[in-house]
Amino acid sequence: MSGNEIRNSAPIRLQLPLSKADLAGLRAGQEVLLCGPVYTSRDAGHARILEALRQNGELPFGLAGQTIFYAGPTPVAAGRPLGSVGPTTASRMDFATPALVDAGLIACLGKGKRSLEVVEACRRNGAVYFACVGGIAALLATHVTESQLVAWDDLGTEALRRLQLHDFPCFVAIDTCGRDLYRSIEAGERVSPSVGHLSAGDSWR
Amino acid sequence: MDHPPIVSADAVADAVRCAIAQAAVTLRCDVRAGIEKAALREESPRAQRVLRQILENADIAARDGVPLCQDTGTVWVCLEVGERVAVPGNVFTGVDAAVAEAYECGRLRMSVLRDALFDRTNTNTNAPAFCEIRFRPGAGATVYVMLKGGGSDNASRVVMLAPGAGVEGVRRVVLECVREKAANACPPLIVGVGVGATFDKVAGLAKHALLRPVGSVAARPEAAAFERDLLDAVNATGIGPAALGGACTALAVHVETAPCHIAALPVAVNMGCCAMRSASVEVIPWGDER
Repeated sequence: MSGNEIRNSAPIRLQLPLSKADLAGLRAGQEVLLCGPVYTSRDAGHARILEALRQNGELPFGLAGQTIFYAGPTPVAAGRPLGSVGPTTASRMDFATPALVDAGLIACLGKGKRSLEVVEACRRNGAVYFACVGGIAALLATHVTESQLVAWDDLGTEALRRLQLHDFPCFVAIDTCGRDLYRSIEAGERVSPSVGHLSAGDSWR
Repeated sequence: MDHPPIVSADAVADAVRCAIAQAAVTLRCDVRAGIEKAALREESPRAQRVLRQILENADIAARDGVPLCQDTGTVWVCLEVGERVAVPGNVFTGVDAAVAEAYECGRLRMSVLRDALFDRTNTNTNAPAFCEIRFRPGAGATVYVMLKGGGSDNASRVVMLAPGAGVEGVRRVVLECVREKAANACPPLIVGVGVGATFDKVAGLAKHALLRPVGSVAARPEAAAFERDLLDAVNATGIGPAALGGACTALAVHVETAPCHIAALPVAVNMGCCAMRSASVEVIPWGDER
């Protein structure tokens, strides 16, 4: 699956957890629909994951091979597993992400630009960063079919939860080659809207 | 001598409760109109898709009674009272209980910690609210409530410029803030800009600027021209909706100016996100004969 061969803007449906082959086929700029499990964690949770990693030498709660969603949902409402849920600013987790990716995390989901250390960690490990639209959490919650507490209930909204996503809309923001959608847009590079990925030969560095 | 009408603590608390319930789930109509207008101008399909998602989100939130954004913010309250109205010293005493009730009943997110540095545990009520009072000519009273998300507030700043930096310096501060931080603040933005007053007050000017309706024109002609210039420059960055590229990075730039010291040119930028949540409630003071 080469991004340069895609000729329509229809989003690609991806089943989580992603395989190495799935990951390698993704291109920054592609619109994707995520199906399957993700784990919510943000500021306080990342400090705990990092602490557990340092103590035990591996990611806690089977996070290796999984996807972390930087989100703190609102409580159950409207007959759904949670009321509203959307991405928080991903760069606040930059302090921990390279270590988590080195330890086996294969994808994360949030909003906004990441540090170059995160870009490099994705490239080094064949991991990706997905970005979704902030401020549309009522809509995004309609793409969550289950929510289950995993750990750290004392953190309230920041607890570690396992969500099941169905056709959750987002974009590939950093791919396994280290291509970066946000930096490309910043640099004013042409992002081909008709094919939904970075134009061939992009050189954001 | 007649007693002046009084704005009571209960009336303020009721107003805060109503405003929170409305603002958390209902997109401001001026913001909605701004996004609809932007969608007509966008050429990029991706930007159009994002703007359509923002509109669809507003429909779902209103239909299901769920928050527009999972970050239901800190509660900021400004009580504006007419000078003919008397204010009891305890006018905000009912606000924190009203916040707790509104957040519990509305199934909103509790995002407030006990202390920024020494006790980062959740209060589990979303209190305390951050309250201020202002005075205006005439009668009546208005409660303004803003639910301010962390992402957009984090993308804000205060800069103390030298007066020689002038209009160009202010412009540079605004554009640098947008270039560096817009992606974290959930564009299309309302950019609130404060210029003047003192180090502490200038941020308040920028925050109040977010209350002004999108599409409104500043009263002072120089300010109106400066706002148009800044909006064009912000949108020329190409950052676009959700910072995924496009023509609409901001729906509006609102500039509030004030007197200041001969040595000073304070500038503040407060970002408002695409789900900018605020509401106002008119309070009829007790004893008011209107």
